[in-house]
Amino acid sequence: MTIDWANFTPWLSLAGGVLIGLATAMFLLLNGRIAGISGILGGLLRPVKGDVGWRIAFVAGLIFSPIVFSFAAPLPAVQIDADAASLIMAGLLVGIGTRYGSGCTSGHGICGISRLSPRSMVATALFMLAGFVTVFITRHLIA
Amino acid sequence: MQVLMAFITGLIFGLGLILSGMTDPAKVIGFLDIAGAWNPSLAFVMGGAILIASIAFHFANTRPKALLGSVMRLPTARQIDRRLVLGGLAFGVGWGLTGYCPGPALASLAIGGSKPLIFVVAMLAGMAIFEIHDRCSSAHKREAV
Repeated sequence: MTIDWANFTPWLSLAGGVLIGLATAMFLLLNGRIAGISGILGGLLRPVKGDVGWRIAFVAGLIFSPIVFSFAAPLPAVQIDADAASLIMAGLLVGIGTRYGSGCTSGHGICGISRLSPRSMVATALFMLAGFVTVFITRHLIA
Repeated sequence: MQVLMAFITGLIFGLGLILSGMTDPAKVIGFLDIAGAWNPSLAFVMGGAILIASIAFHFANTRPKALLGSVMRLPTARQIDRRLVLGGLAFGVGWGLTGYCPGPALASLAIGGSKPLIFVVAMLAGMAIFEIHDRCSSAHKREAV
Protein backbone atom coordinates (compact mmCIF):
# COMPACT_ATOMS: atom_id res chain seq x y z
CA MET A 1 0.00 0.00 0.00
CA THR A 2 1.21 3.51 -0.84
CA ILE A 3 -0.32 6.75 0.37
CA ASP A 4 -1.43 9.32 -2.20
CA TRP A 5 0.13 12.27 -0.34
CA ALA A 6 -0.41 14.70 -3.24
CA ASN A 7 -4.20 14.44 -2.92
CA PHE A 8 -4.35 13.90 0.84
CA THR A 9 -6.34 16.76 2.45
CA PRO A 10 -6.81 15.87 6.13
CA TRP A 11 -7.70 19.37 7.38
CA LEU A 12 -10.13 20.30 4.61
CA SER A 13 -11.75 16.88 4.85
CA LEU A 14 -12.02 17.15 8.63
CA ALA A 15 -13.52 20.66 8.32
CA GLY A 16 -16.00 19.42 5.70
CA GLY A 17 -16.84 16.48 7.94
CA VAL A 18 -17.49 18.83 10.87
CA LEU A 19 -19.90 20.85 8.66
CA ILE A 20 -21.69 17.64 7.66
CA GLY A 21 -21.87 16.66 11.34
CA LEU A 22 -23.22 20.11 12.22
CA ALA A 23 -25.95 19.84 9.57
CA THR A 24 -26.82 16.37 10.87
CA ALA A 25 -26.96 17.69 14.46
CA MET A 26 -29.15 20.68 13.50
CA PHE A 27 -31.57 18.53 11.57
CA LEU A 28 -31.85 16.08 14.43
CA LEU A 29 -32.25 18.56 17.27
CA LEU A 30 -34.42 21.13 15.44
CA ASN A 31 -36.52 18.97 13.10
CA GLY A 32 -36.22 15.66 14.94
CA ARG A 33 -35.14 13.81 11.84
CA ILE A 34 -32.26 11.73 10.54
CA ALA A 35 -30.26 13.44 7.78
CA GLY A 36 -30.07 10.36 5.57
CA ILE A 37 -29.95 11.46 1.96
CA SER A 38 -31.23 8.28 0.29
CA GLY A 39 -34.18 8.12 2.70
CA ILE A 40 -35.05 11.80 2.24
CA LEU A 41 -34.90 11.51 -1.57
CA GLY A 42 -36.53 8.08 -1.75
CA GLY A 43 -39.43 9.27 0.42
CA LEU A 44 -40.39 11.63 -2.40
CA LEU A 45 -41.24 8.60 -4.53
CA ARG A 46 -43.76 7.51 -1.89
CA PRO A 47 -45.37 10.91 -1.22
CA VAL A 48 -47.34 11.28 2.00
CA LYS A 49 -49.41 14.42 2.56
CA GLY A 50 -47.55 16.94 4.74
CA ASP A 51 -44.30 15.00 4.40
CA VAL A 52 -43.13 16.33 1.03
CA GLY A 53 -42.18 19.99 1.56
CA TRP A 54 -39.25 19.46 3.93
CA ARG A 55 -37.83 16.71 1.69
CA ILE A 56 -37.88 18.97 -1.37
CA ALA A 57 -36.37 21.81 0.69
CA PHE A 58 -33.50 19.60 1.94
CA VAL A 59 -32.72 18.31 -1.56
CA ALA A 60 -32.93 21.87 -2.93
CA GLY A 61 -30.41 22.98 -0.29
CA LEU A 62 -28.03 20.23 -1.40
CA ILE A 63 -28.43 21.15 -5.07
CA PHE A 64 -27.91 24.87 -4.35
CA SER A 65 -24.85 24.31 -2.17
CA PRO A 66 -22.20 24.51 -4.94
CA ILE A 67 -23.64 27.85 -6.09
CA VAL A 68 -23.38 29.25 -2.54
CA PHE A 69 -19.91 27.70 -2.15
CA SER A 70 -18.69 29.44 -5.31
CA PHE A 71 -19.50 32.87 -3.78
CA ALA A 72 -17.03 32.23 -0.97
CA ALA A 73 -14.29 30.24 -2.68
CA PRO A 74 -13.52 28.63 -6.02
CA LEU A 75 -15.10 25.19 -6.32
CA PRO A 76 -12.58 22.37 -5.99
CA ALA A 77 -11.70 20.56 -9.21
CA VAL A 78 -13.47 17.25 -9.76
CA GLN A 79 -12.53 14.31 -11.93
CA ILE A 80 -15.19 11.83 -13.10
CA ASP A 81 -13.59 8.86 -14.84
CA ALA A 82 -16.78 6.83 -15.26
CA ASP A 83 -18.46 6.64 -18.68
CA ALA A 84 -22.22 6.87 -19.25
CA ALA A 85 -22.75 3.09 -19.11
CA SER A 86 -21.10 2.70 -15.71
CA LEU A 87 -22.85 5.84 -14.41
CA ILE A 88 -26.22 4.28 -15.30
CA MET A 89 -25.26 0.89 -13.83
CA ALA A 90 -23.90 2.52 -10.66
CA GLY A 91 -26.91 4.82 -10.31
CA LEU A 92 -29.33 1.88 -10.51
CA LEU A 93 -27.33 -0.11 -7.95
CA VAL A 94 -27.07 2.85 -5.57
CA GLY A 95 -30.79 3.64 -5.96
CA ILE A 96 -31.99 0.07 -5.39
CA GLY A 97 -29.33 -0.79 -2.80
CA THR A 98 -29.79 2.25 -0.56
CA ARG A 99 -33.58 1.76 -0.45
CA TYR A 100 -33.43 -2.00 0.23
CA GLY A 101 -30.67 -1.48 2.77
CA SER A 102 -32.52 1.52 4.29
CA GLY A 103 -29.61 3.94 4.07
CA CYS A 104 -26.41 5.20 2.53
CA THR A 105 -23.18 6.84 3.66
CA SER A 106 -25.10 9.52 5.59
CA GLY A 107 -27.97 7.57 7.16
CA HIS A 108 -25.99 4.45 8.12
CA GLY A 109 -22.41 5.73 7.92
CA ILE A 110 -22.77 8.98 9.87
CA CYS A 111 -26.10 8.89 11.75
CA GLY A 112 -26.14 5.15 12.42
CA ILE A 113 -22.58 4.94 13.72
CA SER A 114 -23.11 8.10 15.79
CA ARG A 115 -26.05 6.49 17.56
CA LEU A 116 -24.13 3.22 17.90
CA SER A 117 -26.71 1.23 15.92
CA PRO A 118 -25.43 -2.32 15.31
CA ARG A 119 -27.63 -2.51 12.19
CA SER A 120 -25.98 0.58 10.70
CA MET A 121 -22.49 -0.62 11.65
CA VAL A 122 -23.11 -3.85 9.74
CA ALA A 123 -24.52 -1.93 6.75
CA THR A 124 -21.56 0.47 6.74
CA ALA A 125 -19.02 -2.37 6.97
CA LEU A 126 -20.75 -4.14 4.06
CA PHE A 127 -20.98 -1.19 1.69
CA MET A 128 -17.39 -0.19 2.44
CA LEU A 129 -16.26 -3.77 1.82
CA ALA A 130 -18.23 -3.94 -1.45
CA GLY A 131 -16.70 -0.57 -2.45
CA PHE A 132 -13.14 -1.77 -1.71
CA VAL A 133 -13.68 -5.02 -3.65
CA THR A 134 -15.33 -3.24 -6.60
CA VAL A 135 -12.48 -0.74 -6.92
CA PHE A 136 -9.94 -3.55 -6.59
CA ILE A 137 -11.61 -5.43 -9.44
CA THR A 138 -12.10 -2.42 -11.74
CA ARG A 139 -8.69 -0.82 -11.04
CA HIS A 140 -6.40 -3.79 -10.67
CA LEU A 141 -7.94 -6.94 -12.13
CA ILE A 142 -9.67 -5.82 -15.33
CA ALA A 143 -8.07 -2.41 -15.89
CA MET B 1 -40.04 26.91 9.80
CA GLN B 2 -39.33 23.18 9.52
CA VAL B 3 -39.14 23.51 5.74
CA LEU B 4 -36.81 26.51 5.95
CA MET B 5 -34.57 24.63 8.40
CA ALA B 6 -34.55 21.62 6.07
CA PHE B 7 -33.31 23.88 3.26
CA ILE B 8 -30.59 25.44 5.43
CA THR B 9 -29.52 22.02 6.72
CA GLY B 10 -29.33 20.63 3.19
CA LEU B 11 -27.28 23.65 2.19
CA ILE B 12 -24.77 23.25 5.06
CA PHE B 13 -24.61 19.51 4.42
CA GLY B 14 -23.78 20.21 0.76
CA LEU B 15 -21.14 22.82 1.65
CA GLY B 16 -19.53 20.21 3.90
CA LEU B 17 -19.56 17.63 1.11
CA ILE B 18 -17.87 20.05 -1.30
CA LEU B 19 -15.28 21.30 1.21
CA SER B 20 -14.40 17.77 2.29
CA GLY B 21 -13.75 16.50 -1.24
CA MET B 22 -16.70 14.07 -1.32
CA THR B 23 -18.02 15.64 -4.54
CA ASP B 24 -14.83 14.59 -6.35
CA PRO B 25 -15.40 10.97 -7.46
CA ALA B 26 -11.65 10.52 -8.09
CA LYS B 27 -11.00 11.26 -4.42
CA VAL B 28 -13.68 8.82 -3.27
CA ILE B 29 -12.24 6.10 -5.53
CA GLY B 30 -8.80 7.03 -4.13
CA PHE B 31 -10.12 6.21 -0.66
CA LEU B 32 -11.62 2.90 -1.80
CA ASP B 33 -8.43 1.92 -3.69
CA ILE B 34 -6.40 0.44 -0.83
CA ALA B 35 -4.26 -1.63 -3.21
CA GLY B 36 -3.24 1.44 -5.24
CA ALA B 37 -2.24 4.96 -4.18
CA TRP B 38 -4.52 5.18 -1.14
CA ASN B 39 -6.04 8.54 -0.17
CA PRO B 40 -7.16 8.39 3.49
CA SER B 41 -8.91 11.82 3.36
CA LEU B 42 -12.43 10.44 3.51
CA ALA B 43 -11.75 8.79 6.86
CA PHE B 44 -11.33 12.35 8.20
CA VAL B 45 -14.71 13.35 6.72
CA MET B 46 -16.40 10.44 8.48
CA GLY B 47 -14.46 11.10 11.68
CA GLY B 48 -15.36 14.80 11.82
CA ALA B 49 -19.01 14.18 11.02
CA ILE B 50 -19.42 11.32 13.51
CA LEU B 51 -17.68 13.33 16.25
CA ILE B 52 -20.22 16.17 16.02
CA ALA B 53 -23.26 14.01 15.24
CA SER B 54 -22.69 11.64 18.16
CA ILE B 55 -22.88 14.58 20.61
CA ALA B 56 -26.21 15.57 19.04
CA PHE B 57 -27.57 12.01 19.26
CA HIS B 58 -26.55 11.90 22.90
CA PHE B 59 -28.86 14.89 23.56
CA ALA B 60 -31.58 13.65 21.21
CA ASN B 61 -31.87 10.37 23.09
CA THR B 62 -32.87 12.22 26.26
CA ARG B 63 -35.66 14.34 24.79
CA PRO B 64 -39.01 13.23 23.37
CA LYS B 65 -39.44 16.30 21.18
CA ALA B 66 -37.30 18.30 18.76
CA LEU B 67 -36.69 22.00 19.41
CA LEU B 68 -39.15 23.02 16.69
CA GLY B 69 -41.87 20.97 18.35
CA SER B 70 -42.17 17.80 16.29
CA VAL B 71 -41.56 14.33 17.72
CA MET B 72 -38.07 12.84 17.51
CA ARG B 73 -38.15 10.35 14.67
CA LEU B 74 -35.30 7.99 15.45
CA PRO B 75 -35.05 4.70 13.55
CA THR B 76 -36.56 1.75 15.38
CA ALA B 77 -35.53 -1.14 13.11
CA ARG B 78 -32.98 -3.40 14.76
CA GLN B 79 -32.91 -6.62 12.80
CA ILE B 80 -29.96 -7.43 10.55
CA ASP B 81 -31.79 -9.14 7.71
CA ARG B 82 -31.32 -10.09 4.08
CA ARG B 83 -32.56 -6.72 2.84
CA LEU B 84 -29.98 -4.83 4.87
CA VAL B 85 -27.12 -7.10 3.77
CA LEU B 86 -27.98 -7.33 0.06
CA GLY B 87 -28.95 -3.64 -0.12
CA GLY B 88 -25.72 -2.57 1.55
CA LEU B 89 -23.62 -4.73 -0.76
CA ALA B 90 -25.41 -3.48 -3.91
CA PHE B 91 -24.96 0.11 -2.80
CA GLY B 92 -21.24 -0.49 -2.17
CA VAL B 93 -20.73 -1.94 -5.66
CA GLY B 94 -22.45 1.08 -7.24
CA TRP B 95 -20.45 3.45 -5.03
CA GLY B 96 -17.17 1.78 -6.04
CA LEU B 97 -18.04 1.82 -9.76
CA THR B 98 -18.20 5.61 -10.03
CA GLY B 99 -17.34 7.18 -6.67
CA TYR B 100 -20.79 8.73 -6.23
CA CYS B 101 -23.10 8.19 -3.28
CA PRO B 102 -26.48 9.97 -3.09
CA GLY B 103 -25.49 13.20 -1.27
CA PRO B 104 -22.44 14.17 -3.34
CA ALA B 105 -24.27 13.28 -6.57
CA LEU B 106 -27.08 15.73 -5.69
CA ALA B 107 -24.55 18.38 -4.63
CA SER B 108 -22.83 18.01 -8.04
CA LEU B 109 -25.97 18.40 -10.16
CA ALA B 110 -25.79 22.17 -10.58
CA ILE B 111 -22.14 22.31 -11.56
CA GLY B 112 -20.92 18.95 -12.82
CA GLY B 113 -22.35 18.79 -16.35
CA SER B 114 -24.07 15.70 -17.70
CA LYS B 115 -22.30 12.96 -15.71
CA PRO B 116 -23.83 13.57 -12.27
CA LEU B 117 -27.18 14.12 -14.00
CA ILE B 118 -27.01 10.69 -15.67
CA PHE B 119 -26.12 9.14 -12.31
CA VAL B 120 -28.95 10.88 -10.43
CA VAL B 121 -31.57 9.95 -13.06
CA ALA B 122 -30.42 6.30 -12.90
CA MET B 123 -30.43 6.45 -9.08
CA LEU B 124 -34.02 7.77 -9.05
CA ALA B 125 -34.96 4.99 -11.48
CA GLY B 126 -33.41 2.47 -9.09
CA MET B 127 -35.36 3.95 -6.18
CA ALA B 128 -38.55 3.78 -8.28
CA ILE B 129 -37.85 0.09 -9.06
CA PHE B 130 -37.60 -0.50 -5.32
CA GLU B 131 -40.92 1.30 -4.71
CA ILE B 132 -42.75 -0.74 -7.34
CA HIS B 133 -41.26 -4.03 -6.16
CA ASP B 134 -41.87 -3.19 -2.51
CA ARG B 135 -45.52 -2.30 -3.13
CA CYS B 136 -46.08 -5.49 -5.14
CA SER B 137 -44.50 -7.73 -2.51
CA SER B 138 -46.38 -6.11 0.39
CA ALA B 139 -49.63 -6.45 -1.60
CA HIS B 140 -48.83 -10.16 -2.03
CA LYS B 141 -48.25 -10.50 1.70
CA ARG B 142 -51.62 -8.89 2.45
CA GLU B 143 -53.35 -11.32 0.08
CA ALA B 144 -51.61 -14.26 1.71
CA VAL B 145 -52.90 -13.16 5.11
